[in-house]
Amino acid sequence: MSVAKKEMQTEMTYDAAAIAKRTGKLGYRIKKNKSSYFMMGPYFILFFFFTVLPVVISILLSFTYFNMLEWPTWNGWGNYVKLFLEDDIFLVSLKNTLIFAVITGPISYLLCLLFAWIINEFSSKVRTVLTLIFYAPSICGNAYLVWSLILSSDRYGYLNGFLIKLGFIDEQILWMQDANYILPCLIVVQLWLSLGTGFLSFIAGLQTVDKSLYEAAALDGVKNRWQELWYVTLPAMKPQLMFGAVMQITQSFAVADISIMLAGNPSVNYAGATVVTHLLDYGSTRFEMGYASAIATVLFLLMVGTNKLVQKLLGRVGE
Amino acid sequence: MAKIRTELPKKYHFWNKPREKKLNRSVAGNGLLFLIMGICGIFMALPLVMIINNCLKPLDEIYQYPPQIFVKNPTFENFTDLFTIMNDSWVPFSRYILNTIIITGFGTVGHVILASLAAYPLAKHDFPGKKTLFNMVVLSMMFSWQVTQIPNYMIISWLGINNNYLALILPACAFGMGLYLMKQFMEQLPTSLMESARLDGASEWKIFWKIVMPNVKPAWLTLAIFQFQQMWGNTGAMFLRDEQLKPLQFALQQIAAGGTARAGAAAAVTFIVAAVPIIFFLCCQSNVLETMTTSGMKD
Repeated sequence: MSVAKKEMQTEMTYDAAAIAKRTGKLGYRIKKNKSSYFMMGPYFILFFFFTVLPVVISILLSFTYFNMLEWPTWNGWGNYVKLFLEDDIFLVSLKNTLIFAVITGPISYLLCLLFAWIINEFSSKVRTVLTLIFYAPSICGNAYLVWSLILSSDRYGYLNGFLIKLGFIDEQILWMQDANYILPCLIVVQLWLSLGTGFLSFIAGLQTVDKSLYEAAALDGVKNRWQELWYVTLPAMKPQLMFGAVMQITQSFAVADISIMLAGNPSVNYAGATVVTHLLDYGSTRFEMGYASAIATVLFLLMVGTNKLVQKLLGRVGE
Repeated sequence: MAKIRTELPKKYHFWNKPREKKLNRSVAGNGLLFLIMGICGIFMALPLVMIINNCLKPLDEIYQYPPQIFVKNPTFENFTDLFTIMNDSWVPFSRYILNTIIITGFGTVGHVILASLAAYPLAKHDFPGKKTLFNMVVLSMMFSWQVTQIPNYMIISWLGINNNYLALILPACAFGMGLYLMKQFMEQLPTSLMESARLDGASEWKIFWKIVMPNVKPAWLTLAIFQFQQMWGNTGAMFLRDEQLKPLQFALQQIAAGGTARAGAAAAVTFIVAAVPIIFFLCCQSNVLETMTTSGMKD
């Protein structure tokens, strides 16, 4: 058999496979996986109605003027142009949100992981109690109002009283009214509040790590707990790490409640303004839903981009 | 007598097992970790301490200036106040409780089951459209829910389930987070586990219930905690118009918003609102952590 003939034959089989792939195979594969689609059916039908459709409608609304009373009128790119070229406060809030996300996101993520890992070292009963204590800020609803006592701007505020007693300051500091302090204070509160979803999923993830891996690693020369963490535990719980990262992104980019409750909306000199407080300002105070939708879409794109980046970084864990 | 004998060694076993098994641990490292946990723990426990102390404070201490964290003369006045107000309510309180049980119960159980069912094929099967569906779920979590509320309202009215429990339950069943969480855990299960069951002739349905779900117990218990908290906190104010349909949370918030005269009752409300999810949390979490000592299902 000559070389050319051989080549032709392989090409032909390749073609046949490609044709099969294009025509029969998709239908065949769908049919073969019927049970998969049945299992996903109920969830995705609901998901389509209550999540996909609202998101699509919101994105469409972002190209309109919509005041929730009249039918929306087409506005093209108008909202987006206004957002980036005319709305100075949006740019301030975008800057604040980025600072927030860049600082609280990674720190809180590492703290979640660190605390979950440390808690996992204790015996079962102690672990339950410690988990409760560390999860408490997330479970106690509006627990962050505790901070309004601590950061209260008179002498009786705990932080002011404490600092005055120690002699660091002579006069009370207006924590939540001074534009210089608002953002740092909010960052601390957010860090305190953020041991939520990611933290619990890490704890659950640690439970599923195969115990025999540790023994094998010890035999392979892993000497201390830090090596064990990097070479055994983290790679074994990569899916949870990915999940935690997404939760962290959605949380740290969407900070709003604590800012509104502690610093007010609008806050002094917009020092505590975030993208979502800006969105709420337009959405629920001024009833400009089209504009609010445009803000949400920009934030969405920002988060999607960040997610892409973070997932790439996490792919390298344990290498 | 015999019972005690069988239980004692088990307990002994239970406390000592982790200690025996932990390799690569140094005393200095342990001390450092204890210290970190201690300092942070004090800060994290703050809201719990505040809520418990506040609900035991008599009125004059609640309004004391400067405010104190710790209670001096603890009383249960606030709770008796709250119960008096509850008894006077126009709709009997048992009705609110029933509504909450229906909404929270179906919302939590429904979401855990539907999300897990959908997560299993996404994690372990290979079929056309798998990636797209999964990415859609992950991305959906990044869109601000504050904006989608209006379209959501329109859709719910259009479906005709406005002013109905379903308006709260059905959207809750399709939250994105649960599916993502379950899929991530199921991905870790060794495929050989399912293959061998398939060879034994088990249907996918059976594999899901008998093999997949028991093996990802920490995951769905954790998901139940999240979802319960979410559903419990829902006042349903947007969709439920009839007073008879509203959940407990709504009635309690209504009381708590009663102003100065009801500050005591409000503190009691805050306590109850936090206590229920905490109890649920403790039940689930202790199970999450227990699975560790019993499971050896990985190959």
